[in-house]
Amino acid sequence: MKIKSTQIVDTFAEAFKMYGSRIIITAETKEWAMAAAQSVTGFATSVIGCKCEAGIETEIPSEDSPDLRPGVSVLFFAMDSENLGKRLMERIGQCIMTCPSTACYNGIDEGNEIVVGGQLRYFGDGYQISKKIGDKRLWRIPVMDGEFLVDDVFKTKEAVGGGNILILAKDQNTALKAAKSAVNTMREVPNVILPFPNGVVRSGSKVGSKYKALIASTNDSYCPTLTTLVEKTEIDTGINSVLEIVIDGLTLEDVEEAMRVGIKAAIKPGIKKISAGNYGGGLGQYQIQLHKLLGNAKN
Amino acid sequence: MSLHLKLHTKPEVPLEADCICPDKIQSLKNNEISALTVFHGNRQVQLGDFFDCTGSFDGEIIIDGDLSNIKHVGALMSFGKIIVEGNIGLHTGAGMRGGEITIEGNASDWLAAEMLGGKIRVKGNAGHMTGSGYRGSPIGMQGGEIIVHGNVKNETGHVMRRGLIVVGGDSGDFTGVNMLAGTIIVLGKMGIRTGAAMKRGSIISFNDAKLLPTFSRNCEYHPSFIKFYVRYLEKIGFSIDSSYLDSPFERWSGDLVEINRGEILLSKCKSK
Repeated sequence: MKIKSTQIVDTFAEAFKMYGSRIIITAETKEWAMAAAQSVTGFATSVIGCKCEAGIETEIPSEDSPDLRPGVSVLFFAMDSENLGKRLMERIGQCIMTCPSTACYNGIDEGNEIVVGGQLRYFGDGYQISKKIGDKRLWRIPVMDGEFLVDDVFKTKEAVGGGNILILAKDQNTALKAAKSAVNTMREVPNVILPFPNGVVRSGSKVGSKYKALIASTNDSYCPTLTTLVEKTEIDTGINSVLEIVIDGLTLEDVEEAMRVGIKAAIKPGIKKISAGNYGGGLGQYQIQLHKLLGNAKN
Repeated sequence: MSLHLKLHTKPEVPLEADCICPDKIQSLKNNEISALTVFHGNRQVQLGDFFDCTGSFDGEIIIDGDLSNIKHVGALMSFGKIIVEGNIGLHTGAGMRGGEITIEGNASDWLAAEMLGGKIRVKGNAGHMTGSGYRGSPIGMQGGEIIVHGNVKNETGHVMRRGLIVVGGDSGDFTGVNMLAGTIIVLGKMGIRTGAAMKRGSIISFNDAKLLPTFSRNCEYHPSFIKFYVRYLEKIGFSIDSSYLDSPFERWSGDLVEINRGEILLSKCKSK
């Protein structure tokens, strides 16, 4: 399939079943809410090395936030619910509770319950206060600027991680521009995050390594500097730079939608191919076919 | 279809009608409901001697007439809904565990005394001892919500242990006396001796109040949980002036005669 001058490779993105959670961070100003959100999503690009993947989903205006203050919605993903709970505990405790004026609420209605505020409350050293409103329990933990308010339980639900597109360009500059355009469009899709820096990853990985200790290593088939060194390369003549965008979402449909709009936005002069990463279909639970995704797109 | 109970004869002395409760009515036919026993003073009579019973019970009971002498309506109820189209007498919803009672007029004393769960909404005023424990009881209200749009009288939330009481108007003296935990929000003014001998719990007022000397001032700050409550209150029909949201609250701890873990939060809104 070719759209304008860009070839859409007949392949699929191999995505995985993960567990996702949404947290809502509010603060006295948008800046403080964003500061907490950026801190809590730091070092959370890939489960391979960070134990979880996280990103900012959207900003929430005061009138729509749980406590009528400016908010930011953040999505977290991990391979299982228990692990996700641990990550939330650590990160909410270290990155949100520490940030001035913030409060933190669960942002998902259904799913498994994980106790977060109910654990963090012990930081209050006996001075913490519980408040129950309807079916919801909140903990007020005394801190030096007043109180940190946090939900007793957060919820996790089955989600989808590892959706991706690969942008193969004539040069790095063209690849960066196309990736930026795709990221800006994909960020408009609700329920998804792009966990890598500015949404883009250059160090795509393959499973395994010549070094036994490593579970993943550089995706050599897509490295332009290795075209004549590796057994199989995906780099055709005229391609000199490849960037990847990884997508995690609360449902498969959300991930597919983000990929669809992302591919369309990345199609630009100088983008030779758009492909997707997979492991032959043997690892992930979901195969997102690019041609099927784009439906009846015409050349 | 709802079950309609219309008062046709006003009782001269209080009528103890704890049978007006979804739990006791759910499996009965209308003639059986009319034959339920009530106490008129110290005399056993039938509910039908005072009420006309029409419609059929589908989880909702609507009661009509001047009910200010009818006691114990909805006492111990665990499900369903009761709508009172007027004023209601003593002990309404006492010990209720679930369900919902809406009172379009005023409620008398001991409203939702020792309540365990469910919701009561009074669109007028309520009397003394709203959501309190009975004399000698160590624990009063243990859950649920009492929403009074008007005023309440003395000892609201006495020995309250859990739950939420919201008063749209003023409260009388001894609001939250001997309170153990839970939350009382008073949008109007509070009488004297608020929180006397309270152990834990929160009393929040959107006005200033004169507090007992056994309460100590901690600070002035912006508790974000109050905004959470405000959002909840707006959902259930209260309108809170936005100037209150941006104003700090003064936090007082007490009561020092007990364990000093209770709190009274007073709005410092300057537009009052």
